[in-house]
Amino acid sequence: MDLHHTPTPAGQEYLPEKRALLLDYTLQLADTSLILGHRLSEWCGHGPILEQDLAMANIALDLIGETRSLYQYAAELEGQSRTEDDLAYLREAVHYKNPLLVEQPNGDFAHTILRQFLFDGYHFLLLQQLQNSPDQRLAAIAAKSFKEASYHLKWSSEWVIRLGDGTEESKARLLKAMDHLWMFSGELFLMTETEQQLAQAGIIPDSASLLPQWEAHVAKVFAEATLEVPQNVFMQKGGKIGRHSEHLGYILTELQYLQRAYPGLEW
Amino acid sequence: MTPEEKIWQLLEEVSDPEIPVLSILDLGVLRQVQVREDGKVQVTITPTYSGCPAMNTIATDVKLKLLSEGYKDVAVDLQLSPAWTTDWLTLEGKRKLEAYGIAPPVEPDGDIHALFGRDPVVRCPLCQSKSTRLVSQFGSTSCKAHYQCQDCLEPFDYFKCLK
Repeated sequence: MDLHHTPTPAGQEYLPEKRALLLDYTLQLADTSLILGHRLSEWCGHGPILEQDLAMANIALDLIGETRSLYQYAAELEGQSRTEDDLAYLREAVHYKNPLLVEQPNGDFAHTILRQFLFDGYHFLLLQQLQNSPDQRLAAIAAKSFKEASYHLKWSSEWVIRLGDGTEESKARLLKAMDHLWMFSGELFLMTETEQQLAQAGIIPDSASLLPQWEAHVAKVFAEATLEVPQNVFMQKGGKIGRHSEHLGYILTELQYLQRAYPGLEW
Repeated sequence: MTPEEKIWQLLEEVSDPEIPVLSILDLGVLRQVQVREDGKVQVTITPTYSGCPAMNTIATDVKLKLLSEGYKDVAVDLQLSPAWTTDWLTLEGKRKLEAYGIAPPVEPDGDIHALFGRDPVVRCPLCQSKSTRLVSQFGSTSCKAHYQCQDCLEPFDYFKCLK
């Protein structure tokens, strides 16, 4: 038996226009956790030590669990016949709404840690606020994932400190990762039109308002890690509105292969 | 005994596939049982962690158990809210965990969401020593962390606190 069922229409309490916004936003959150979860899962069996291999697989699992709840809700909001699996496996790259940061390649361990750290701080703060959403489904999913995100942020913060204040080699690698990844952090807090409208309606938190707290946490961890917070970096954007780097296409090629080659295949 | 109580009792025999000494009642995963007038049984379960891969197995086991007991129409629903917490682990469940070699969750002495809070003192389930160290916050399953005892040197799992 499985727990997937044909989506029952949800969000009937909203006007169609509001429901469409909510669908767009729910997909953005789902795509984000799916792509980052997939990236982390690429480490499975390749981690630098067994414990960290397990840690990354665990975090990937949490993110993919969150993804499933979000896609199920999105499928119900859409109210067509598409299921959570269709949303993950049968959409094109341009329809994915994840920010560019999460699709960046794993690189070395320092690279993965920094990507995770930049994301975790945002994810933690967003979920903390989203738990209070008047939309009960989003609030329930956020409350569930918030508890898990606390452990993720603790883990990636500790590793940034360990690598930054570690050896010459570990610091050099973290700085190299910073050169590549910092420019993708701004997009997390950049509101799309959908986000602006939902935030104005009080349904989701204003993600721009999370920035000061995120910066404070980053500054605190970087200080302990003997790293400087980069200044005046040009910020990349586009993922949230479907303009992706070429990396996403490669991720989807692997992620969607089975459903493309054998349409409708089930376990 | 009401029809619901009877089902709760039957479901004590359904265990967590990853920690077989715990029933889904001990774990607090079984949330609700309803029996409708037409005999339809509705069972509600909640995941410990979002991505817990045991949920499908648990749902199947619940269904099979009730079908084998003669119930004809059984539905299992997954509920996210309120989110599962280690507070729902029963005392009996905690005792069984420790006897099985997994340290039960310890109440944090501060805000569990604080980022640089102290890690709790976890007692070794094998020699009871309180001199243990955290090896990794992430262990063999989503719900466990990996510890090692500094006295008997055994590595062990700790069922981590989730609130």
